[in-house]
Amino acid sequence: MTPAVPLPAVSLPVTAGRKRSTAIWATFAAPGVGWLITFFVVSIYAVMAVAFGAIDPILKTARPKWNPLSWDWDAMSRTIDRVLHGDLGQVFVRTGAYIALALTGCILIGYPVAYFAARVVRRRRGLLMAALVLPFWISYLMRMLAWTNLLQPDGYVNKALRFLHLMDAPRNWLNGDSYTVVIGLVYGYVPFFILPLFASLERLDGRLIEAGRDLGASAFQTFRRVTLPLSVPGLMAASVITILPMAGDYYTNTYLTSGSPKTTMVGNQIEFFLQRSSQPQSGASLVLLLMGCLFVLMLYYLVVTIRMQRAAER
Amino acid sequence: MRARVRRVRRFPTLAALTWLYVLWSLLPVLIAARISFNNGKSRSAFQPTSFRWYWGDHASSVWYDDSLQTSMANTLRLAGLCMLIATPLGVAMAIGLHRWRGKISNAANGLMLVPIVTPEIVFGVALFFVFSQVYVGVPTGLTRMMLGHVTFTLSFVVVIIRARLAAIGTQYEEAARDLGASRLQAIRLVLLPLLAPAIFASVMVVFATSVDDFVISSFLSSGAGDETVPIKIYSGARAGSTPALNALATVMLLFTLLAVALAATVVRWANKRGGAAPGGTGGLAGLTG
Repeated sequence: MTPAVPLPAVSLPVTAGRKRSTAIWATFAAPGVGWLITFFVVSIYAVMAVAFGAIDPILKTARPKWNPLSWDWDAMSRTIDRVLHGDLGQVFVRTGAYIALALTGCILIGYPVAYFAARVVRRRRGLLMAALVLPFWISYLMRMLAWTNLLQPDGYVNKALRFLHLMDAPRNWLNGDSYTVVIGLVYGYVPFFILPLFASLERLDGRLIEAGRDLGASAFQTFRRVTLPLSVPGLMAASVITILPMAGDYYTNTYLTSGSPKTTMVGNQIEFFLQRSSQPQSGASLVLLLMGCLFVLMLYYLVVTIRMQRAAER
Repeated sequence: MRARVRRVRRFPTLAALTWLYVLWSLLPVLIAARISFNNGKSRSAFQPTSFRWYWGDHASSVWYDDSLQTSMANTLRLAGLCMLIATPLGVAMAIGLHRWRGKISNAANGLMLVPIVTPEIVFGVALFFVFSQVYVGVPTGLTRMMLGHVTFTLSFVVVIIRARLAAIGTQYEEAARDLGASRLQAIRLVLLPLLAPAIFASVMVVFATSVDDFVISSFLSSGAGDETVPIKIYSGARAGSTPALNALATVMLLFTLLAVALAATVVRWANKRGGAAPGGTGGLAGLTG
């Protein structure tokens, strides 16, 4: 709400005053910026220094090289080779496949829910909104813990499936099962998908949909030719918001498969290199490769978004 | 015209699908909470209710198992410290970045957004390396975890506060300045009260993010003494664990929901009291995540 009568914006355009105010605002921002440089920028640089550094021949610990001129690309090229021709390739393909499947699940579940919440629901709107936000306040690992309870061999999922005669013998879901991982990822991340999509669908101009109907299109035609194209930006934003954390997720996977190697994703591999075997250099190069992939994805997203905005303005 | 537009279309399938989703998203958690009241060791089926895993069992209930208690104390201490540090740091940074114009400011703005799109595992590995290679003097365990959590949550605070700053505009502060307040007085007496709901919202978001964090804590943890609740739940999933884990998770859930309910009440009360404040819904919008 802005005041009914806008207050006159009185400011004195004196150069000295402006300089001083710049200094004041810079001082305000300085501690936070300094913190981010100390603990974020330097940290990311440390990953590079380790990946392009050396390994202590006896202790097998990392010996980072801080000078970019003396960086050693051996470990990185070995890792890239393992991705392109060796065992890590499978891990990347599996990660991509799981993310694609989980994202499809998120769209199939998330789009109808977000659409209903943003454009249809009237009664019990508050209740629905609370229910959609609630998963954010429940610890992620508790939500996964709940599934390890349900998916036990004598758990309620097996009982329900046998009751419905969809399965003869109880299935061991928690022993390296790709279905379990994908379902876990969908369950874990679909709330992150729904909220941004909801926000975008809510802002969608309803008059355009009405115009579609008024001009004689059927409900389905209007949806396919008006609503769906208009929701593309929201769908893309929601997809990026879910893909980024899923690409680095390892705990959902390990937790729901008892750490089985049959479902290893990139995150699991990084965690293995760093926490369960001492291969800091391989871990660091894999982190950089993952960051590279996600950077390309972000760049693509930004280019497409800017292009769409320009096209809309024209 | 309006009447025709208002013609309610019900979409019964869509409604059913949506409420089915809500059921699917919350029912497993309710079942897990119910299992924490089992009087036996089953983690997969309901048993008669008891408080065995809360305080009945003198060896492994939440109240008597030291490691579970420690994990809870660690989690709350971390989240508390994180709120105390990240909030003022983030508020000052948001005000500064919002007003400060120039090339460095633009760069700082871009830098501020990067942590939000960085996957947690990248964060965790990077912090792990920086503490083991550069800041080796920083005490291991909770201190490092706290520094990591602040770094991870700082940008959320800045984004929430900046949204509110944009809604408030500069007129109120300029009026205060015209009436003779110094710049700092204008911030303290006018801007900060107007920002209060957003500050409150960011405190809640920092709390929830810190309590929920597993990856960064796990990479910076140095042993059993500094385990947090998520680490405990994660490492306790192996065979042989008891519903005490469910009890632990349920207690933490209650903590969080109480905090959210309290926050929502305070924000509603503040909005009602200062009904004319600009951007009045900013606080609640921030609370939704």
